[in-house]
Amino acid sequence: MKIPKSFLGYKRENGRVGTRNHVVILPVDDISNACAEAVANNIKGTFAIPHAYGRLQFGADLELFFDTMIGTGKNPNVAACVVIGIEPKWTKRIVDAIATTGKPVEGFSIEGAGDIKTIMTASKKAQEFSQWASEKQREECPLSDLWISVKCGESDTTSGMAANPAVGNLMDKLEPLGVHLCFGETSELTGAEKVCATRGSTPEAQKKFMKTWSDYNDFILKEATNDLSESQPTAGNIAGGLTTIEEKAFGNFQKIGSRKFIDVLTPAEEPKKGPGLYFMDTSSAAGECLTLQAAAGFNIHLFPTGQGNIIGNAIEPVVKLTGNPSTAVNMKEHIDLDVSKILKREMNMDQAGDELIKTTIRAASGRLTCAEVLGHKEFIMTKLFRSA
Amino acid sequence: MPNTDIIIHDEKDNVGVVVIEKITPNQECNCWIMENDKSVKIQSKNEIPLGHKIAMIDFKEGDTILKYGHDIGKVVKDIKKGEHVHVHNVKTKKW
Repeated sequence: MKIPKSFLGYKRENGRVGTRNHVVILPVDDISNACAEAVANNIKGTFAIPHAYGRLQFGADLELFFDTMIGTGKNPNVAACVVIGIEPKWTKRIVDAIATTGKPVEGFSIEGAGDIKTIMTASKKAQEFSQWASEKQREECPLSDLWISVKCGESDTTSGMAANPAVGNLMDKLEPLGVHLCFGETSELTGAEKVCATRGSTPEAQKKFMKTWSDYNDFILKEATNDLSESQPTAGNIAGGLTTIEEKAFGNFQKIGSRKFIDVLTPAEEPKKGPGLYFMDTSSAAGECLTLQAAAGFNIHLFPTGQGNIIGNAIEPVVKLTGNPSTAVNMKEHIDLDVSKILKREMNMDQAGDELIKTTIRAASGRLTCAEVLGHKEFIMTKLFRSA
Repeated sequence: MPNTDIIIHDEKDNVGVVVIEKITPNQECNCWIMENDKSVKIQSKNEIPLGHKIAMIDFKEGDTILKYGHDIGKVVKDIKKGEHVHVHNVKTKKW
């Protein structure tokens, strides 16, 4: 197949391109959720991203919180952003960082004003942003403006045979065109970690990967009370035929095709070494992983599933594919692309990769994904340790 | 081309994956090895559902299961060729 050269995206002030045109009401902390949701309810064309944290965090955990909030606001899928927090200082820190992109952003703090007055003032600003964003038009953009993140979930053995290698085939075809790519799931590479490390494009990247994996593995060994039965692999994985973490890891790893990764990112870290494949240190829980990848600036996500994970994301459209013929039928409303014909040898990997490229470009250009239509807006903070 | 009942990733693998709804005991199954596009046959001993693994050889306790050409765990209970391979007879070497 001749790969299309472009997609239709929203050009942002800082040169990045969005696949969506969201106006987001971002609460800084758990207690500001109610206010943010009230504003989103008042003003059409906006939505709130409620979450559970943002109070009394400290150290590395607080820094990751800020990186996640700021990265979410900076993501090019967000046209404009209203930030609402209880206190002015942390609210301002987030607003100022998002403002470096040049996009419209304004902050409001509730302390001293109360919910009702804050809802009124923030709603006025949200209305202005919503109407401003509604005039933005999609323009033709090169495929190199795609930043594609990947993560698989509710995997089974069909993931390793069909859906994951189909993503790998897409990576093999799109990486040479200057696309940014990202995979993560540190714990889920256990068993394949040495093979994965050899995919680092430099000795530094390889060393960084092994240190990242070892640190995560040490943490798991320290906290684990048994062999992680039903956590890694999950009960769903086991029902789907996956027996051990090693088997899951080698299946997972098919997602990067024959690519090499150029750098290892910390959670939510924005890639800075140009186009190519990056590994990000993340949990293997879908909600957490996708939230971190979106906060790093990725603008479209590919999610292969076996038994049928239904995840979406607040700001990043999630394209779901499966190689499991039962899931493709029984959970049809969640599946954007069915590649189960691979198992019957009625579709080869080259064809599956092409189909996935077409589906990805359609979604990037505006076609709503199954997860979007079904209202999935998961936004799950990665918490490193207890709050003070 | 006959229907494929079982897919084997790599020539070195000693297990295959069922890719039809299920295989029944004593079924003569067609296996396709993805890596070299070769075909082999195996007779099943158990009912095995879609996505689950079948032993391509006899295993003794302590043996290593190979899939994707790599070590994916250890045998904890003897397995006969054609039997179901899963959490009841294989465990991780990691956690």
